[in-house]
Amino acid sequence: MTNTANKLVTLAAAIEAHVPSGSMVLLGAQLEHAIPFAAAHEIIRQGRRKLTLVGPISDALFDQMIGVGTVERVMAAWVGNASEGLGHCFRRAVEQGIPKPVATVDYTNFTLALALHAAALGVPFMPTYSAQGSEILKRNGNLREFPSPVNEEKLIAVRALKPDVAIIHAQRADRFGNTHLWGNLGVAVDGARASRRVIVTAEEIVEPEVVASDPNRTLIPGFMVSAVVHEPRGAHPSPVQGYYGRDNAFFADYHERSRTVDGFESWLAEWVTRPAGRPEYLEQLGAARRESLAVKKHAYSAAADFGY
Amino acid sequence: MPAQPKAQMIQRTYSSGEMMAIAAAREIRDEELVFVGMRMPMLAFAVAKRTHAPHAIALFENGVIREAPAAEMLYTMGDPANLQGATLCGTMLDVMGFLQQGRVQVAFLGAAEVDRFGNLNTTWGHREGKDVRLPGSGGACDLACLAQRTVVLIPHERSRLVEHTGFRTSPGFGTGEGWRRAQGLPANSGPSAIITTRGILRFGEDGEAFLAAVHPGVSVEDALNSAGWPLRVSDAIRETPPPSAEELAAIRAIDPGGFWTAA
Repeated sequence: MTNTANKLVTLAAAIEAHVPSGSMVLLGAQLEHAIPFAAAHEIIRQGRRKLTLVGPISDALFDQMIGVGTVERVMAAWVGNASEGLGHCFRRAVEQGIPKPVATVDYTNFTLALALHAAALGVPFMPTYSAQGSEILKRNGNLREFPSPVNEEKLIAVRALKPDVAIIHAQRADRFGNTHLWGNLGVAVDGARASRRVIVTAEEIVEPEVVASDPNRTLIPGFMVSAVVHEPRGAHPSPVQGYYGRDNAFFADYHERSRTVDGFESWLAEWVTRPAGRPEYLEQLGAARRESLAVKKHAYSAAADFGY
Repeated sequence: MPAQPKAQMIQRTYSSGEMMAIAAAREIRDEELVFVGMRMPMLAFAVAKRTHAPHAIALFENGVIREAPAAEMLYTMGDPANLQGATLCGTMLDVMGFLQQGRVQVAFLGAAEVDRFGNLNTTWGHREGKDVRLPGSGGACDLACLAQRTVVLIPHERSRLVEHTGFRTSPGFGTGEGWRRAQGLPANSGPSAIITTRGILRFGEDGEAFLAAVHPGVSVEDALNSAGWPLRVSDAIRETPPPSAEELAAIRAIDPGGFWTAA
């Protein structure tokens, strides 16, 4: 795909085209911030199966996808609900095979970041001292001990990981996929570069001139991007800096209801399968709740002068 | 064995959670780089900043570095209040790089289980005779491997302070002296303290934990009986100094409802 093609499509079209069943998908690259919930819910609605999920800590998103039976394998450092604790669907799947067994490939945050970094650099592995002495090292075949070639030390080789597709939720992008991100970045930059395809969902689609005015903030260049989706509030209930806060009550409600299979099913129907898409979901959320999460006081950075 | 501090019949004006967070805050020295997690470590950092360590710097695994504590209570490290006013918002490798360089002096960790050598389990727990899949390492294993001093925060119960962890997610001193170096872990790293609801454990040269202090109102006997192995006791065991008015004011300014310290 050229870097001058208009890549703006609907979320449904982006998922249809770029996330087939069996894919390895990177989600939640910015940890608790800007989690692409809208895209994950569309994956669920389209009935995808046998996905491998990749992400450092996934907050409640991986738990939801596992609960539906979308997932065959999880390659992550942490799966749960960040403010609430355990992931109930994750537990049921791993402990009892409900609704389906899920294989886990346990990483640490750092080793997962290094796996994506290796792929982003185009090398087969990255070395680290981390994970030595951990059971994670013994059980994850993508972490291998090796003698350092330049001194007498032992190191761990973290094998490069190349997801089929990364889904990144951004503050703004242009129609060519040039993407501005700000706030904590987690593994988003390496994750996008490591992946064969990238889908960007964005709060705002802006003119290319807006993105070009601040190239330091362009962390994903358009030539890497396969699809751009305009999806306001596409990360709710996670926060997006400058757009909305975290809906803590929503995470708490999910945690309580997902304690049982029936509770999870009713939550899923209410928030994922019944709404046709994000606009309907947001309508259901209600104006008062949307307003309560909106930015109360803007805090713009000082302009950087690119003049010469 | 030294004389036991007397169990005091005092009217406590603070919770055991607040005592833990404040004891954790005292592990931070001024100007140190501190790897901060959510919940109690976040409170500990904020208390330290407002009392004895005003120049401490916080690192978060999502890529955030902060000098000023966030203006409001955080539910996660990615909350907007933790990003606005940060010193730096970068990548995970930015902060993990500082960690692996050996620059991070102290890191806080929680766990389902900690054992007599400070090894931690956050992967497979046990509840009512069944195995329970826990969320996993997150960044805990990285911190346990690479921070100069690791401080563990955990309720003081037999089910939590165990002789051997079911799964070693994050390495402490392994099986004892010399184990960390044999694994390839950095020389200047490893567990420094286990802060519990009843007291503080520290580590001998042999890598085994011992009871170094009990919190006000807790007897040594109680602390020993609530551990899952024959816990050694320091010859110089002392009572944890109770929270000062300044420390309590600092913690309540951040968490007035006791959301994170209700223990």
